[in-house]
Amino acid sequence: MLKYLFAKNEDIPAGSAAIFFGFSSIVWFVIGTGLGSFNAAKLAFPDFVTGNEFFAFGHMRQVHVHAVIFGWISMAFAMAMMYITPALGNTRLWSEKLGMWNCFLWNVGLSLGLTLLWAGITSGREYSDFPWPIDLYIACFIAIPLATNVWMTVLTRRTQGIYTTNWFFTAATFMVIIVFVVGNTPEFFHLTGLTEAYMTWWFAHNVLGLWITPVAAAIAYYTIPKVTGNPLYSHRIGHLHFWSVVVFYSTPAAHHLMSAPLPEWLKSFASVEGVLILVPAIAFVSNIMLTMQGKWNMFVENLEVRFTVTGCLLAIPLNMQGGFQQTRAINWYVHGTGWIVAHAHLALLGFSTFLEGAAVYLGLQTLMKRKLYSLTLGNMHFWLLLIGFSIYWISMTIAGLIQGAGKIYEVPYIDVVIAEHPYMIARWIGGTMVFISNVLWLYNMWMTAREGTVVPVGRMPHEMAYER
Amino acid sequence: MAFREYKVGARMFGFSLGTSMCITILFPSFDMRSAVSTEVALDKQLVAGWDAGWNLSDPLMTGANKPVKVLLKNDPKTGQPLEQPTSAYVYPPGAWMPNAVGHPNNLGAGVEGLSVNQGRIGEAKKEGGAVFVIKAAQGGQPAYIENATATKGWIPGDVLKSVPDEDVAHIGAGKTMFVREGCWWCHTLLPEQTQDWQVFGAPPMLGDFNGESPTAFGSDRKGPDLLHVGSRNASKEWMMLHFFNPRLVQPHSIMPRFDYLWGSVDANGQKIDYDKWRAEYTDYREGKNPTPPDVPVPAKNSEARALIDFILSLK
Repeated sequence: MLKYLFAKNEDIPAGSAAIFFGFSSIVWFVIGTGLGSFNAAKLAFPDFVTGNEFFAFGHMRQVHVHAVIFGWISMAFAMAMMYITPALGNTRLWSEKLGMWNCFLWNVGLSLGLTLLWAGITSGREYSDFPWPIDLYIACFIAIPLATNVWMTVLTRRTQGIYTTNWFFTAATFMVIIVFVVGNTPEFFHLTGLTEAYMTWWFAHNVLGLWITPVAAAIAYYTIPKVTGNPLYSHRIGHLHFWSVVVFYSTPAAHHLMSAPLPEWLKSFASVEGVLILVPAIAFVSNIMLTMQGKWNMFVENLEVRFTVTGCLLAIPLNMQGGFQQTRAINWYVHGTGWIVAHAHLALLGFSTFLEGAAVYLGLQTLMKRKLYSLTLGNMHFWLLLIGFSIYWISMTIAGLIQGAGKIYEVPYIDVVIAEHPYMIARWIGGTMVFISNVLWLYNMWMTAREGTVVPVGRMPHEMAYER
Repeated sequence: MAFREYKVGARMFGFSLGTSMCITILFPSFDMRSAVSTEVALDKQLVAGWDAGWNLSDPLMTGANKPVKVLLKNDPKTGQPLEQPTSAYVYPPGAWMPNAVGHPNNLGAGVEGLSVNQGRIGEAKKEGGAVFVIKAAQGGQPAYIENATATKGWIPGDVLKSVPDEDVAHIGAGKTMFVREGCWWCHTLLPEQTQDWQVFGAPPMLGDFNGESPTAFGSDRKGPDLLHVGSRNASKEWMMLHFFNPRLVQPHSIMPRFDYLWGSVDANGQKIDYDKWRAEYTDYREGKNPTPPDVPVPAKNSEARALIDFILSLK
């Protein structure tokens, strides 16, 4: 792969950048979930590995978060964009070479940033923890090259019109640059106090709402019609989804700070807009479910469809929680508890990971023209991931409700810690299952590249029979 | 091809995103700019200095170039006893000045004018260092910052020489430890508006954060809120035991051990033998020893001391 960094653009085979991104994302997923499992073990057994700052929870927690967001999720997005955007434009990626460099610099920058975070070198702002030179690096060498490639591919497409998936890709790559640069202004210009606190959560909310959620959904708009062969149920519902994301999802940042002395009008406004997030959510889920009409057998039989539909189904509890847990009526009970941790994992490990997983499975098989090495390993990946995630989500939700009850009944905090202990063990078991499933996945994709059945030109991988 | 057929859509997109940015950033900024520093905010700004997160004055986050807070009983210039003990914020030469010196507008209307005109904070310079005090509110006049180096001739070096070590608090370096060690991943600094009043104390007020960076509110509580922890438990000895190994004082705690913040030597200059301590502690946990081993007293310049100073300052 690395030899293509210095090759001529025409000499780089189509899809190289996407394959590079795909494998990078899986490796970061293994690293990120491994760290998550380790961290969970420390919450269940605080003396598990101790006495060294590099294995202290406070040093490793943010490395887990950033490895999965910037490594797994965002690199899987880049993989999907470099594969799907040209496919929908009936063209090649605008520049494979830029894509290769983008992926290379992404891995380098992320490794550097995570090493700094691990050593405790942090801005102290949640989700924008990287010090500002790393933020600038991410903007210049990660976000802008990716957006350039996606935009230029769409501009040089050879089709009439732009398909739904590509609206989301072009808009999200643009918005994430704005969010990243504006959201980090407190570090660039040393803004302080309440402004700093608010901008921290403005960034955290919008990076989820304008990057992770729309891009994950855009992937489903491609994989389901492509694999099932059904046309998208409704482009108009797609329009509703797109515009309601831009209008409603970009505004509720203040609902993360309902207890802080922010302007009351802002908190109320954010809370109302937060409920309106249900509009894009319902539009998206119904559109995908209705596209599945007549092909529900593939939910059972086809791995990519099963991943995508599971992700869509998880979007239902995700948005029901997300829409209402941020209202004043409910937020006072669950704020700052494990409920929110469970919700965040439902968004990133449930909804979004399952959709991206499908894109990486489909994209790597298609681009490498290799059928998946082992369906059994694929099924084990799916079920370990789903069961591990479910154990995590259920146990953390219960732990959060215990914490909420402890909060309102003024229970001494140590009693809450004791009551949560069994759920911390369950969380560790669930997280470890997720980690193991990803190790299997990495092995399976590696063997697919080496030994998978060759897919003939003009055929889709899922049309081929499994040979083992 | 391009985007010709998407002219309307592109304009709608720009309009929607622009409106959203106006409502969520521009309009709130008018409200937030009008916040006036309370005395709490002045204290937080002066103890932490320029920034407690990563910044160029402390690139390795060791707590370098940070101010200290001292309790003065005598005037450091004349040696005469003060009417009442006064807290002073000492910025040694080289320490970066607090935000208010370069950007007094972050203090808010009223406080800004008093600090600049009466308090002469504009005259404080990084090269020579400075000593600040907070002039308490009087009558209708709000509290403001006074640059005692300009108004009283207090020199940082003299002030530090005139106070015993127990009256010096390394709170600024301690906040850097709080950020670096990730304390805020499990402890919030934001009691909520609901039942937290009784257990964790009053939620912060609008003007309590001016000039503070990072605010490190935290979002995920796995331990108690710490905004007023110094009021609930002011024992330095308890904090020392708890940071070295939380299970010495709270057997069910899931907090990590922060013994590595003690460094290599204790307050008496003796080398700390961590392996021996851990072996003896294991024996204690297994019932072979009736008492746990003694916790070494942290050295004066250790990171543990700074962190304890910061935690005890959270009143």
